[in-house]
Amino acid sequence: MQLTLWTYEGPPHVGAMRVATGMHGLHYVLHAPQGDTYADLLFTMIERRSQRPPVTYTTFQARDLGGDTAQLFKSAVQSAYDRFHPQAMLVGASCTAELIQDDPGGLAEALALPIPVVPLELPAYQKKENWGAAETFYQLVRRLAPRTRTPRVAGAPPRCNILGPTALGFRHRDDLREIRGLLEQMGVAVNVVAPLGASPQDLTRLGEADFNVLLYPETAHTAAAWLQRTLDQPHTRTVPIGVQATRAFIAEVATLAGLDPQEAAARVDVEQSRSGWYAASVDSNYLTGKRVFVFGDATHAIAAARVASREFGFQVVGLGSYSREFARELRAEAALHGIEALVCDDYLEVEAAIAAATPELVLGTQMERHIAKRLGLPCAVISAPMHVQDFPARHAPQMGFEGANVLFDTWVQPLMMGLEEHLLAMFKGDFEFNEDAAPSHLGHAASRPEPVRVAPAGAAPADAAQWAPEAQRELDKVPFFVRGKARRNTERFALDRGLSRITIETLYDAKAHFSR
Amino acid sequence: MSAVIPIQVDSGCADAPVLRERGQREVFCGLTGIVWLHRKMQDAFFLVVGSRTCAHLVQSAAGVMIFAEPRFATAIIDERDLAGLADANEELDRAVARLLQRRPDIRMLFLVGSCPSEVIKLDLSRAAQRLSGRHAGVRVLNYSGSGIETTFTQGEDACLAALVPELPDADPAQAPALLVVGTLADVIEGQLRRLFSAMGIERVDFLPARHADQLPAVGPRTQMLLAQPFLAETARLLEARGARRVAAPFPLGAEGSAAWLMAAAEAMHVPHARALAAIAPARQRAEAALAPHRRQLEGRRVFFFPDSQLELPLARFLARELGMQLTEVGTPYLHRQHMAQELDWLPAGTVLSEGQDVERQLDRCRAAAPDLVVCGLGLANPLEAEGFATKWSIELVFSPIQGFEQAGDLAALFSRPLRRRQLLAA
Repeated sequence: MQLTLWTYEGPPHVGAMRVATGMHGLHYVLHAPQGDTYADLLFTMIERRSQRPPVTYTTFQARDLGGDTAQLFKSAVQSAYDRFHPQAMLVGASCTAELIQDDPGGLAEALALPIPVVPLELPAYQKKENWGAAETFYQLVRRLAPRTRTPRVAGAPPRCNILGPTALGFRHRDDLREIRGLLEQMGVAVNVVAPLGASPQDLTRLGEADFNVLLYPETAHTAAAWLQRTLDQPHTRTVPIGVQATRAFIAEVATLAGLDPQEAAARVDVEQSRSGWYAASVDSNYLTGKRVFVFGDATHAIAAARVASREFGFQVVGLGSYSREFARELRAEAALHGIEALVCDDYLEVEAAIAAATPELVLGTQMERHIAKRLGLPCAVISAPMHVQDFPARHAPQMGFEGANVLFDTWVQPLMMGLEEHLLAMFKGDFEFNEDAAPSHLGHAASRPEPVRVAPAGAAPADAAQWAPEAQRELDKVPFFVRGKARRNTERFALDRGLSRITIETLYDAKAHFSR
Repeated sequence: MSAVIPIQVDSGCADAPVLRERGQREVFCGLTGIVWLHRKMQDAFFLVVGSRTCAHLVQSAAGVMIFAEPRFATAIIDERDLAGLADANEELDRAVARLLQRRPDIRMLFLVGSCPSEVIKLDLSRAAQRLSGRHAGVRVLNYSGSGIETTFTQGEDACLAALVPELPDADPAQAPALLVVGTLADVIEGQLRRLFSAMGIERVDFLPARHADQLPAVGPRTQMLLAQPFLAETARLLEARGARRVAAPFPLGAEGSAAWLMAAAEAMHVPHARALAAIAPARQRAEAALAPHRRQLEGRRVFFFPDSQLELPLARFLARELGMQLTEVGTPYLHRQHMAQELDWLPAGTVLSEGQDVERQLDRCRAAAPDLVVCGLGLANPLEAEGFATKWSIELVFSPIQGFEQAGDLAALFSRPLRRRQLLAA
């Protein structure tokens, strides 16, 4: 039993709903107790969908448990078919129905419906949402895709499928528009996009592509691997988040499509790519070495760490993910930053890690937004789970060149802009810029900093050096926005040298040491 | 559009047939009650024993409320727990110990049963007894908020019912006391206390109380006044301990609040004139606040999907005080006794339905073409996209709506979607 306050991922059947809701012409009948329909509102409220998810729930109650739940399930399947006439159906059980052991696949088969009915085995007590989405998409592809690839007609442009976007995906809508545009500029035709926007019939055409673009490994890498094995369709491995990754993606796609990489890259419109120049412009000097903590699903976390360090000049001081499926990739990336990856789905642990790393910027999910607010730290959201504000009305991709522009604006905006920081240093004695005045963009949390409740690992207060009063007064003269860093560095310096008392000398020795 | 809705006082809906339906239900389970119950009971913690789905539900329902240090959590059952029950009990004990260590300020811990915990027959009442003995100073109780047993607000009923055996016995020598049952916002509690005090009723207790050490006493001299319509089991258990239920409509709107307060006054032997005088200024304020909304809502047709059991009292308020026409009023569960006054007040001919088959109900809703649909969040945007104005019902449970001072706010919850439609169309 795991004690949980927040959960990063829902149960696996919510992953299946993300696939079903992203598609059309598909209906999902879920054997589930009354109440599980709550998941509908994730789609109608958070994603603001204008239609109900194509899901029928059996909504059994205690009085049904006597024995006719199987019949209840069968009649739910039949009436869903009669009402919606889908091209294909998914049937499965939620966590409670898994325990009562009706067999959705067998029961649905007994109805002999004239359409493909795909049974889903989603072990709710072991697996989670992203796994559920990947498994559902894989089962659909396995059932509906052809077993052979259709050879390309001579002279026709190279063709690809785009795999991975779903309903309730973080910026999937806009990433798709961005990547589709990129592929078209390169001269690559898009055959099928799935699950988002596809019908079961479209999945039968997957074999008409030469290769697959795998946008979100969390939801589609199982299906992509199967297509590679069965249809000999290779798939991309680069996730095009950030300018460098987008360029690598273009080269990879060109190779898979049999195009000349330089020629293909030359066809791509890079006029809109501004994040590189913005990061190079002098105002961004103040971003150098900003300590950033990154947490999210593995794909977005790894990509964000790369962009943060290589494109924006931040220092990645923490990298973690709740996606256990991609722990290996995450650890490899963390090693490049000289840190250890945090693979966990316990937000208390994440909170402790953030407090211990003392970052100046947190890039994370909705949960990290709450944690950062509480610690008075700037934060930007880079990954699911997210709230309604992260399904914006405006075009806001993460991928491609426009995506990189969006990342620059989104991540830098919560930080103090260079000019503001400069002014604060210049006028720190001024009444409006005094050391206790909180940066306006941090709201109330910053004005009443709560004591950090989580002690950094290994820092037993008994070992810590004591601040001499004159050293403390000197520390107070350090501008408030770097004072925490100065205190931390000095204390670490004292600890490393076994000093029990911090004097003004220690303070300046430490400053010299760390400025190198 | 008729300006006056004829109300036949002698007919009502007491004998009206009720359409009973079974099928897919688009409703919350009782776990959702935790979201408002934990705000009310300030030293209580709610530990759901369930699956990741339960944790996900509570988190989704709580929305932005899962901030800071929430006083609810889920002990997620995993495959190891499913292997053997003894193990699950030990695991639960470990989770509770860890929790109480982290939150030493907790005085009352609710183990909340879910569908999975009930299907595997994890005995949470024995666990609660065991844990009460083990953790001194913390009362551990249990109730079921599962979807197979409870619908939405019934979770509160189950929680309060679990509290009833914990209430101390009232001193039989003391004067009769009034016990108001059902979660009300603190601001409403304050308003009601002042009104009761103006009537001369000083002994008023509220259930649930804000703190675990302030549980009200109950006994044969307790006059029980239900503030919420979904408290069937709680009322039954309180009656079993001698309390007498004061029959009244529910305190929604000026008329409903007045009737509710007057029923209490009569039960507490307050002279009629004194009670009337005590509530008169607030009632006048409420009626004045309702007038502009009546101009907007009069004659408009409203359809209720089942959600909280508040539907009948709300429909009565909309029909009688704001002049709306009722098409269908759905409720997840209809308690005839507790609803007797409400049924009497509903306009004759109102279509009542209990339970749900959501697809068929949607068909009826479309056919009825109402001006306003009261429904859950899963249906609201899809119905808006079809051209219907909707009012999402969960807000009616989270917002302070009871009593005179809230009558105008309550009406505004229904008039705002219609006003917004006009504004956006203009």
